[in-house]
Amino acid sequence: MLSIKNIHASIEEKQILKGLSLDVKPGEVHAIMGPNGSGKSTLASVLAGREQYEVTEGQIEFNGKDLLEFSTEERAKEGLFLAFQYPVEIPGVSTTNFIKAALNEKRKYQGLEPLDAASFLKLLKEKAALLELDKSLLSRSLNEGFSGGEKKRNEIFQMAVLDPKLTILDETDSGLDIDALRIVAKGVNTLRNEDHAIIVITHYQRLLNYLQPDFVHVLVDGRIVKSGGKELALELEAKGYDFIKEELKETVTA
Amino acid sequence: MDIHTDYLDKSFDSLQSLQQGNALHGWRKEGFEEFKKIGLPSLKNEEWKYTGISSLFAKDFTVPLAEIKIDESIINKSAIPGAIDFNHLVFINGKYSAQYSKVDTTDALVVCSLDEAVSGAYAEEVREYFGKSRLFIKDGIHALNTSFMDGSVFIKIKKGSREIKPLYFHHIFDTTQNHLLASPRSLVVVEEDAQIQIVESYHTEGAMDSFSNEVMEIVVKDNAHVDVYKIQNDGPNANHAGTAHIRQIGKCFVQTVTISLDGGMIRNNTDIIMEVAGNEAHMYGLYFLKGHTHVDNHTLVDNTKPHCFSNELFKGIMDDYSTGVFSGKIYVRPDAQKINAYQTNNNILLSDTASINTKPQLEIFADDVKCSHGCTVGRLDEEALYYLRARGIHKELAKAMLLKAFAEEVVMQIKIDSVKEYVEGLINARLQIEDI
Repeated sequence: MLSIKNIHASIEEKQILKGLSLDVKPGEVHAIMGPNGSGKSTLASVLAGREQYEVTEGQIEFNGKDLLEFSTEERAKEGLFLAFQYPVEIPGVSTTNFIKAALNEKRKYQGLEPLDAASFLKLLKEKAALLELDKSLLSRSLNEGFSGGEKKRNEIFQMAVLDPKLTILDETDSGLDIDALRIVAKGVNTLRNEDHAIIVITHYQRLLNYLQPDFVHVLVDGRIVKSGGKELALELEAKGYDFIKEELKETVTA
Repeated sequence: MDIHTDYLDKSFDSLQSLQQGNALHGWRKEGFEEFKKIGLPSLKNEEWKYTGISSLFAKDFTVPLAEIKIDESIINKSAIPGAIDFNHLVFINGKYSAQYSKVDTTDALVVCSLDEAVSGAYAEEVREYFGKSRLFIKDGIHALNTSFMDGSVFIKIKKGSREIKPLYFHHIFDTTQNHLLASPRSLVVVEEDAQIQIVESYHTEGAMDSFSNEVMEIVVKDNAHVDVYKIQNDGPNANHAGTAHIRQIGKCFVQTVTISLDGGMIRNNTDIIMEVAGNEAHMYGLYFLKGHTHVDNHTLVDNTKPHCFSNELFKGIMDDYSTGVFSGKIYVRPDAQKINAYQTNNNILLSDTASINTKPQLEIFADDVKCSHGCTVGRLDEEALYYLRARGIHKELAKAMLLKAFAEEVVMQIKIDSVKEYVEGLINARLQIEDI
């Protein structure tokens, strides 16, 4: 479904990703871990098509199409969803209207009619319940004055409504307390299916306890330097990233 | 004066000789003497630094002397939908036209010509309240309005009247034959415990230029409630200088919303004079401009007594070559302790050739007050734009949603549904979006 080959990307002339490759098949959950500054969020931005990031080398294929040819909004409509690390507050745009606009744009792209008001509200209600999202948040301005947990739940709620093929969770666990983490993880797990792949970008093991990834990759200095099963996350949690760096040095000197 | 304005002398003489013995004769004379003394404001005048209005007068404006007939279809098509059912006051070329207006004059509401009011039952009130704006706005434009007052109105909302339909000042300027200088003038007295909403709109019919130079004085007494909504969506050949001078002479509530969407050169003065303790006022403004439109909002809140509250929020979106000015004055007089006065001016520039000059001026002579002001000038929030696009919303729609939301904070302050929907419709059309 997603095939990243030897991607190099930079922002403001600064090279961040230096030959990253990754293959994700439908239904798989991949965790990407790594120290600060290793390029985790850059990967998320490059996938989502943030314009400030420049891809200088490599290819990304998404469902057989060249992802890099698409604009940010087209990628979303093709079924890519980025749950933001810092969801943006947008005063004056209600959460409901925002999701309605997003959903209808996607449906238009798929050649479908806009959802009628009743079906739309039913869908919202159902997904809001899944994320234990207070309905009053839906009529409020998007993310404005939301707590950290509410913002992250709102991201997963949007994911649930838009029903993407590939979701990237960019440090969705940061700033969440235990209860919010549990709700978010439950939401993600409910939406896990054989067609929906998920990339979880995180610093910590704790979200992975809930999500049980199929693969764990360690990103250091713009490259995936180690991949393994979910036990790799536990090892990282216990030993820190230094042991990977040590291993790398040994490889270089060996 | 470098600008040729001989035609103003001639027009003034014609008006005065035509209306010998008219009750406004003396005031007009005083006004014109003042105008002759100070002339049109130049860019050297600090209050007019960014609004070069004098050059407009190089055109020979015609000052309308006689009342004219107008096709009723023009009245209907230029009205705010729904507002025609309000107390509909039609002003043609600056003069109140009883013939085209439809007003429920009950015991609660008085609408009559100013000259009739001053020579009849309301003489005392008119003499007491008329012309005080001159003490605050001391420029030639204001004096010129007084010079050419004709077809001016006196309005009184009587004590305790809270059920009166809004007063809709529907201005129509006929410029099919000449460039037109119109001088609408009104005095509104809102008595104790009364409540009124005033709506104004402006329409120029014809290809020549209009200059509407308006002064509205409003006097508000104890426990009264006044809303003033000014909606400007006239053509690029329509210029305007307007003053709403509002005196809170009793403890009362005032709100103004000034919406400017299209026009030539526009200057809006909104003055709130808080003359007793505990007054409250809210001033809102939205200028959403394109082309070469220039909009200058000057506000004044004069806190003369303690415990007053005021809040102002003016927001601007400027595209193409449009230019904006915001100048907000807050005075806190020495006796006016425990004042809360807030002022915000936020601007979004959509093009490199649009500009805004914003200037807060706080003059505080009391020591126990809370005053704040803030202004921002920027482009559309890139983070927000990216967030919307990352959800599949195309760039143009995302921009429109953000601009609409930015404007909405002001538009939502319009408390009359039909007027609010009208403004929202104009904004949607500008943004080329359906309702979102």
